[in-house]
Amino acid sequence: MGFGPLLLLALLEGLVTAALLALMALGLSLVFGVMRVVNVAHGEFFMLGAVLAWVVSTAFAGHPAIGFIAALLVAPLAVGAVAYLAERLVLKRLNYDPEATIVATIGLLYIIQQLALTVYGADARPVQPPFNIRIQLPWFGYSGYKLFVIAAAILLLLGAWFVLARTRAGLVMRATQYDAETAQAFGIPVGRVYAYVFALGAMLAALAAVLIVPVSQAHYLMGRDPLLLSFVVVIIGGLGSLRGTVVAALLIGLSDGIISTLFFSPTLAKILATLLVALVLVFRPQGLFGTAAR
Amino acid sequence: MNGASTARIWLLHLAVIAALAAAGFLLPDYHRGVFSRILVLAVFAMGYNLLLGYCGLLSLGHAMFFAAGLYGAGLPLYHLGWGMPASFAAGLAAGSVLALVVGALALRTVGVAFMIVTMMFAQVFYLTTLYFTTWTRGEEGLVLPPAARRVELGDVVLSLSDPATRYMVALVLFSAVLLVCLKLVRAPFGRTLAGIRENEERMRMLGYDTFRAKLGAVVVSGVICAAAGAAYGLMFGYVGSGFASIQYSILPLLWVLVGGAATTLGPLVGTAFMVYVIDYASGLTTAWLMLVGAALIFVVLFFPKGILGTVRERWLKWLP
Repeated sequence: MGFGPLLLLALLEGLVTAALLALMALGLSLVFGVMRVVNVAHGEFFMLGAVLAWVVSTAFAGHPAIGFIAALLVAPLAVGAVAYLAERLVLKRLNYDPEATIVATIGLLYIIQQLALTVYGADARPVQPPFNIRIQLPWFGYSGYKLFVIAAAILLLLGAWFVLARTRAGLVMRATQYDAETAQAFGIPVGRVYAYVFALGAMLAALAAVLIVPVSQAHYLMGRDPLLLSFVVVIIGGLGSLRGTVVAALLIGLSDGIISTLFFSPTLAKILATLLVALVLVFRPQGLFGTAAR
Repeated sequence: MNGASTARIWLLHLAVIAALAAAGFLLPDYHRGVFSRILVLAVFAMGYNLLLGYCGLLSLGHAMFFAAGLYGAGLPLYHLGWGMPASFAAGLAAGSVLALVVGALALRTVGVAFMIVTMMFAQVFYLTTLYFTTWTRGEEGLVLPPAARRVELGDVVLSLSDPATRYMVALVLFSAVLLVCLKLVRAPFGRTLAGIRENEERMRMLGYDTFRAKLGAVVVSGVICAAAGAAYGLMFGYVGSGFASIQYSILPLLWVLVGGAATTLGPLVGTAFMVYVIDYASGLTTAWLMLVGAALIFVVLFFPKGILGTVRERWLKWLP
């Protein structure tokens, strides 16, 4: 394959990663923006979504699309319920103290991950894609399902934007984010908003997982890399900025695709990328697109 | 601070050291081996506690300082054939340089950003140990030959492959660091750190250079953790990337929280408790990390002051 087609392949792979990252990072950013909680267990909600997708889709015989659609409904709801419980039982009692909640979500990370190891096992298991169409480009064939993932992510992001910017629920969330105390004084049940936001963040991660698992595999450690990358996206994109998150996800996703397809040493690339992001956080804490903190 | 209380505090710490020395002769072989590990890991926890407990800075990247000591000592010993004392010193030097650089950068951030930045620097360090796999052998690690892990002092030969010597070396390191920490937190420097923990703005207004004090705390903490790492590598003869992974940044946090942050003996209590719990649990299940997770949540929810912190609050107000 020549350089041009290889670059195109890298870009397509990068777009799939970007789609996944945008959804995950949106969840992370929403939770941090509204609740000021850094959810280290976000990657495990992603993993849980993928594992549940495997469980649900293998439970349904017949056409893989039936299992996929069922998983698309069941996995996010179940993961959302887990997150809701975690929020009510743990985070709420810590009064959302930033340091205590980080420690608690690290604890949650280990518990979910190791439960998955015990119950689901250490194997990586594939999930059937709902349809198998190969789109034949002049140089190579490309999975139609991956293009579907990109399209679905765009739709979901548009939906998220609509909810945040145009509905009452979004208004309540933004009010809570802006000033929780004043919101409370205006009769907004801030505690309940927190619980729903935390669940919503987890559901976004689970949705991303259900979409991506047919092209990767469900494994109990799969949450780690997406967690780090979505941290990176949130930091680069700046908090609370949906546009920043999407731009950063594109940036990170595309460079990840190009690096892993064309670069000689992925470890070196990861080292440089992580260092770069740490330095961004040190010297420009509001992110590349965000505005300075109030 | 009156003289009687000072005498009582020093007596308590010397008694703990004496009890540990006696344990070296009384404990059965297996437990003596476990306790040699606990003592070195408690040094790691004490270094961490200096920053978390006394200065109020929560780092999620202390594995890099531990690993800097580990590799700083292990690599010259393995590849250049350095002796043990020189290797140990190299480990300390590596830790202090790394702490100085990381501290100077990371301390520009506060709160959550500080945690994430330290975590990312530690991740860079971890990936670096994987990248230079020609020298470090990555996850597989290096096994330091027993012949290199001995010093000859005149006629006496100290060999770290011998379990009894290993215990005593661990105890010497532990005692030295414990007494240094005790001295440090009761000195003006320690008081300044506690002031920063309680109200940094006010300390700055009173004319303290808080950045410098915090940088000092990061460096001292980093050097102590590097000492623990260097000693761990030399004592147990193994140097691997696993010690630089995120898990080894979380474990000292857990040990300190369980034992009691901002208590001098808390790190030892927390480390001993958790090492034994995990030792017991890993006999039952491979998913022992679940226990670490549950312990973390339990401690922050119901036991935020830890074991010795609670003891101090309820009964022994004078406990440092």
